[in-house]
Amino acid sequence: MECNVKSEFGYDLLELSGEVDLQFSPQLREKILGSLKTGNPLLIDLAKVSYIDSSGIASLVEGFQTAKTSKLQYGLLNISNTAMQVLTLTRLDKIFDLYSSIDQFKQKLQ
Amino acid sequence: MTGNTQTDTAITIRNLVVDYGPRRILNDINLDIPSGQIMVIMGQSGAGKSTLLRCILGLKKPTSGSIHMLGTDIATASQKEIYKARKQIGVAFQGGALFSSMTVGENIELPLREHTNLDEKTIQIMSRIKLDMVNMLDAEHLMVAELSGGMAKRAALARAIIMDPKLLFFDEPSAGLDPSTAAELDQLIITLKISLGMTIVVVTHELDSIFKIADHIAVMKDGNIVETGTPQQISASTNPEIQGLLNRKPRETIVDTDAHLRRLTGGF
Repeated sequence: MECNVKSEFGYDLLELSGEVDLQFSPQLREKILGSLKTGNPLLIDLAKVSYIDSSGIASLVEGFQTAKTSKLQYGLLNISNTAMQVLTLTRLDKIFDLYSSIDQFKQKLQ
Repeated sequence: MTGNTQTDTAITIRNLVVDYGPRRILNDINLDIPSGQIMVIMGQSGAGKSTLLRCILGLKKPTSGSIHMLGTDIATASQKEIYKARKQIGVAFQGGALFSSMTVGENIELPLREHTNLDEKTIQIMSRIKLDMVNMLDAEHLMVAELSGGMAKRAALARAIIMDPKLLFFDEPSAGLDPSTAAELDQLIITLKISLGMTIVVVTHELDSIFKIADHIAVMKDGNIVETGTPQQISASTNPEIQGLLNRKPRETIVDTDAHLRRLTGGF
């Protein structure tokens, strides 16, 4: 798993790639919570994620709750169809703010 | 946890033989279980289904033969190798095998606490995700004794999938359940296959379930696999053994009454 946070104008962009599983989800959790501590809105790009297990999903959920408590915008970008099936099964598709472009997220920030 | 559409083989069983003393329980079993699909192993009580399952899970050493699963020959693997392979499989036992001194949530979290170093919050959210999948989120704090039969099965399923296993084994999922609860559980098994891409092996003799959930069926009788195929192929089989199972025919009428009497009395 690769996990990089870039500071953009007015928000952080976390780019994920590879497999997010039990081994790497603690690292993802740390990056998400670390980014939210800066007080910036966070957009997580999942376009290059080939696999995400429930520990990865749990990290995304914890991040969302943390962002909500801190009143920060938090969104997921480019969810694959297979990851979407998992979110749908757990009804998380109704909870997360899902975006198909960075511009969409930026509009939400305005 | 994302799904896959692989059609390669998840488990390959070759020439598997199990003897208990002089009795042959499994007789030269050969079976390929395809990845990402549901294989139902069916047959009457005593056909050898449970023994086959125990061999696949590494709980019973076969007399001879091989079982290749997750890159390991389970039949000849060391306990350490079997333990490693088991981390990638989930098992929902017939009786649930839940710990009665724990709540439902604690039961489900147990494998994560035993096998990972995940943060407490992550464990809790993972457990709740799985409880939600089996529609038991509200039962997290219940004790096992407070669960109905159907709830215990669903809780056992949630625990079996907590580590996102590649392979899920389910022993008699519908046994003892009312038709409506059994149908719900069948649908859940299908959903897990589609959404999570799991390879699922179900051991059962419940015909209603079998034809709802199976992609492939292996029919066992007297320690042999008598036929394998899709549900359509099995339904259309002209094999009298299969038709007997499907139609639940009673045992054959006794033709040789003398021979039968000798079997009952020992021929005195």
